[in-house]
Amino acid sequence: MNYGRLALPVLALALAPLLPGIINRTKAVIAGRKGQPLFQLYFDLAKLLRKGAVYSHTTSLVFRAGPVVGLISAAAVLLVLPLGGAAAPVTFSADLIFLAYLLGLMRFFTVIAALDTGSAFEAMGASREVQFSALAEPVLLMALAAIALAGQSSGSPLHGLPFCLSVIYSRLSLATWMHSGPALLMVAGALWVVFLAENSRIPFDDPNTHLELTMIHEVMVLDHGGPDFAMILYGASLKMWTLGALLAGLIVPVRTGNSFLDAGACVLGLFVLAVLTGVVESVMARLRLTRVPQLLVSAGFLSTFALALIIWS
Amino acid sequence: MLIVLSAIGLLVFSGLISFLCGRCSRAANLIGAGGAISGSLAGFFRAVQILCAGTAEHFHLVWDVPYGSLSFRIDALAALFLVPIFLVCALSGLYGLGYMKPWSGRKNLGAYWFFFNGLAASMAMVVIAANGVLFLICWEVMALCSFFLVTFEHEERSVQRAGWIYLAATHIGTAFIIVLFLMFGRVCGSLDFNAFLAARGHLGSAADILFVLAVIGFGAKAGFVPFHIWLPEAHPAAPSPVSAVMSGVMIKTGIYGIVRTLTFLGAPHIWWGWLLVAIGLVSGIPGVLMALAQHDLKRLLAYHSVENIGIIALGLGLGVLGIALKMPALAVLGFGGGLLHVVNHALFKGLLFMGAGSVQHGAGTREIDLLGGLVKRMPWTGATFLIGAVAICGLPPLNGFVSEFLIYMGGFHALGGQSSIAAGALLIIGLALIGGLAAACFTKAFGVVFLGEPRSSHGANSHEAGWSMRIAMSLLAAGCVGIGFFSPWVVSPVAHAVESVSGLSHVVVQGLLAPASSALLQIAVISALCALGVIVLSLLRGRMLSGRISSTEGTWDCGYLRPSEKMQYTASSFAQPLTAMFEPILRIKTHQPSFLIKEESGCDSHGSGPFFPGGAAFESHSEDFFLKSVYGPIFMAIQRLALRLRFLQAGRVQFYILYIALTLFVLLIWCLR
Repeated sequence: MNYGRLALPVLALALAPLLPGIINRTKAVIAGRKGQPLFQLYFDLAKLLRKGAVYSHTTSLVFRAGPVVGLISAAAVLLVLPLGGAAAPVTFSADLIFLAYLLGLMRFFTVIAALDTGSAFEAMGASREVQFSALAEPVLLMALAAIALAGQSSGSPLHGLPFCLSVIYSRLSLATWMHSGPALLMVAGALWVVFLAENSRIPFDDPNTHLELTMIHEVMVLDHGGPDFAMILYGASLKMWTLGALLAGLIVPVRTGNSFLDAGACVLGLFVLAVLTGVVESVMARLRLTRVPQLLVSAGFLSTFALALIIWS
Repeated sequence: MLIVLSAIGLLVFSGLISFLCGRCSRAANLIGAGGAISGSLAGFFRAVQILCAGTAEHFHLVWDVPYGSLSFRIDALAALFLVPIFLVCALSGLYGLGYMKPWSGRKNLGAYWFFFNGLAASMAMVVIAANGVLFLICWEVMALCSFFLVTFEHEERSVQRAGWIYLAATHIGTAFIIVLFLMFGRVCGSLDFNAFLAARGHLGSAADILFVLAVIGFGAKAGFVPFHIWLPEAHPAAPSPVSAVMSGVMIKTGIYGIVRTLTFLGAPHIWWGWLLVAIGLVSGIPGVLMALAQHDLKRLLAYHSVENIGIIALGLGLGVLGIALKMPALAVLGFGGGLLHVVNHALFKGLLFMGAGSVQHGAGTREIDLLGGLVKRMPWTGATFLIGAVAICGLPPLNGFVSEFLIYMGGFHALGGQSSIAAGALLIIGLALIGGLAAACFTKAFGVVFLGEPRSSHGANSHEAGWSMRIAMSLLAAGCVGIGFFSPWVVSPVAHAVESVSGLSHVVVQGLLAPASSALLQIAVISALCALGVIVLSLLRGRMLSGRISSTEGTWDCGYLRPSEKMQYTASSFAQPLTAMFEPILRIKTHQPSFLIKEESGCDSHGSGPFFPGGAAFESHSEDFFLKSVYGPIFMAIQRLALRLRFLQAGRVQFYILYIALTLFVLLIWCLR
C-alpha cells in the first residue's frame, strides 16, 4: 500500500456527492430552471444524518445491514480504483474482478434489503435491478479487458501486474487512442451504457419519477429513512464515481506522469461526464422496460467486437 | 494411510451395527450418526495432513479377484477430494442425527445409516482406489448406496420416479467407465493405476477415445449438461442430509474421475481443453437459468449444482488448454481454481441443502412461493443460508469468490496467448453472466423464503431446527467464511494437488501461484477492514439513533391501507423478467384457467360477465428441455423395442429351460466347430 495514494479515495469520498448535483444543475439549466444548489446532496446527507428512523415491522436485521454493507463495499472499491494515470492505493492482479464483485455484493444486499420489506413495489424494482445488472456485468468486464489489451498492443511490453486496473489505465495514452481509436470508441460506448444502467439514469431508470411502478433503484430504497437513507445515497454516489472514473480514465487519455495532473484531468473528465448525463436526461425519455435488455446486450456485443478488433488489428 | 482405511472401516462397521439394531430407532440413530461423525472426522484430519504435506502414501494387498488388487494410493489429488468428502459426511451425519429423528419408529433408521455410512465409505474408497476393478466396485457400491438413500421415502410416486431416473443415469455412466477401464487394460496390460501411469504418453490415438469415454462416463455422475437430468430429480427426493452429501461431494467423484484420467493420458490435445470449456459454458449458463425458473427450493439448488460443476469444468478446461498450449500459468490457475471450487462448492452447497432441509423440517414445505418471513422464526437457518447464498454467488469476502477469482485470473491469462484468446473471452463473459444470474437466483431464494411476511400458514407456523442441525450448518458457514478470509493459506495446499494434475514441479507451481496468492492476501486484508467497517458503521448508526425517535410502522405501500401478505411479490414474478428473456432455453409452460366464475355473483345487464370475478389461478413451470425432448423420446423408443421382444417372456418355466438348453447347444456347436 502506498500511503500517498490514499489521496485518491479521500478525494472520491469528498467529491462523489457533487456528481448528482452537477447532473441536476445541467438538467435545470437546459430546462430553463434555476435548479438546486450544486451541493444539494451534501445538504441532504447532513439533514438525513440528523434524523431519526422508521422501520417496518416486517423487516429484520437484513434490512438494517443492507445500507451498511452497501456503503462499505462502495467505499472499499475506491481502494483499487485508479483515476486516469494516477494509481490506486492498492494494486494487485485481476483487481478489476474484485471491483466488479464488490459492486455485486453491494447490489446483493440492496436487493435483499428491498425484499425484506415485503413490499411488492420494492421487490419489482429489485427484480429489474438483478436482471439488468446480470446483463451489465459481462459488458463491464469485457470492456475493461479490451482496454487492457489495447494498452498492451500499442507497444508497451507486458510486465508488471497484468489486468490490474492501475496498470491498465496508466498504459492507456494518446498513442493508444491513435493506434486503436475506433475500438476504444466502441468500448467507451459500452462503458457509457454500463454507467447509465448501473447508476439508474435515463434511459434505463428515471430517478425523478413519482410512480413506484416505473422506478428501479429508487423504488428499492423506498422504505429506508434517516441515516440509512443517507448511507444509501452516499453509497450510490460513490458507485457513480467509481463507474464514472473507469469511463473518464478512458476518454481523457492525459498521461503526464505527474499523478496530480493525471488525477485532476480525470476528475474534470468525471464532471464532464456528469454534464453529459444531464444532457442525456434532458433530451431523452426512458426506454420501455422491454427495450432495456436489448440495449445492454448490444453494449455487450459492442465491447466484444471491440476486443476482437483490438486482438486482430 | 492406515488411519484413513480404519476410518473407512469404522464407517462400514458402525453402519452394520446400526443396521442390526434397526428395530430400535434411537440406538440405530445414535450409533449410525456417531460412527459417521467419528469415522469421517478421523479421515478428515488425516486427509488435511496429507494434503498440506503434499506427500503420497501407498497400500497394497493381493486380491483373488481377476485383474484386481487391493491397492490404495493417497496423493495430494486424492486428499483434496477426501477433505470435502469426509467433512461434509461428518457434518451431514451430525445434521442427520436431528433431521432423521421424526422418522424414528416409522422407518427403519438402521437401514438409512447403513447406506449413509456406506456411501461415505465408498466415496472415500473411490478416491483412494488404485486399481480399475476396485475402483469400479467402489463406484457401484456408491451408486447403489445413494440409490437406496434417494428412495428412502419410497412410498411416494415422485420419489420412485426420481430413483429410477437416477439408477438409469448412473448406470449408463458406469457402462462408459467400464469400457474406459477395459480399453486402458487392453493397452496397458493391467488394471492397476500404476500400469496406466507407466503407459502414459504411449497411448497414441486411443487417448482421444479414452478422454471422451471419461467425459461421458464421469460427466454423467458429475452432472454435465446434457447428462444432468438426474440431479434435479434425485436431489429433491432424497432426505436433506443425503442431498447435501450427494450434491456437495458425490457428484465431485465424477470430477475426480476426469482429473484422474487426465493424469493417465499424458500430454493433452488442445481440443480436450476446448471441449471442457464448452461443457463448462453449456452446463453453467443453462444450469443457472433453469435454477431461476424453479419453484422447489431443493430443485433450485440441484440446478445450481449443474451450474457449479460447469464452473469447475471451465477451470479444468483452462488448465488442460494451458498444458496443451505450454502456458503453465494458465494451467496452474485453471486447475487451481477448478479444484479449489470443488472444495468450496462442497461447503456452500452442503450448507444450502441443509438449510433447505431445515426449511422443509420447520415449515413443512419446500415450495418457495408458499414461504416467507422465516428469518424471524428460524434465525440460525436464515443467517447460515444467507452466508451460503453470498458464497455461491461468488461474492467477496466468502469462499466462492476465491476460486472464481483464480479461474478469472486464468481467463485473463488466456487473453494473453494467441490461440487461447477466444477461450479467455468466452470464459470471462460466461462467468460474469453466471455470476449475475446466480445473484438474481439467490436473492430470489433467500429473499422470498426468509424475508418479508409469511405467504401461507407454512411460513407462519415454522420453527427453528434442532441443535445438531444448527451446529452442522454453523460449522459449514464458518468454513465458507474461513476460506474466504484465509484464502492465501488455502491456496498452497491446493497447489500440491495442482502439481500432480499438471505434472509441473512444486517450485514452478508455487511461483506461478505467487501473484494470485499476493492478490488474495490483499483481498483478505481489505475484506477484514470491510468487516471491521461494517461493525463500526453499525455501531455508529446505533449511537446516532439512540437519542432520536426511531419507530416501527407498516411497510410503505403507496398509501394503500390494507396490504396483505398475499400481495407480496412471489419468486416467480421476481424471476419473470429473466425467465421471459431466456424463454427459448427454459420453455416455460403456463396454465391460466379463465376466471372461475361463481354462480352467485350477479351478471350485469348485458350478460357479458359478473361484476366480481370469483377467483383466478395461475401456474407456470419450466420443463427440462433434455428430459422432455431428448431422453424422453429415446427411452420411449427403447421401450417400444423392448415390448416387441416381450413374446420371449412367456411366463412358462418350460420355455425358459428350453432357451437355456438351446443356448448351451449353440455354444457347444460353436466350440466344436
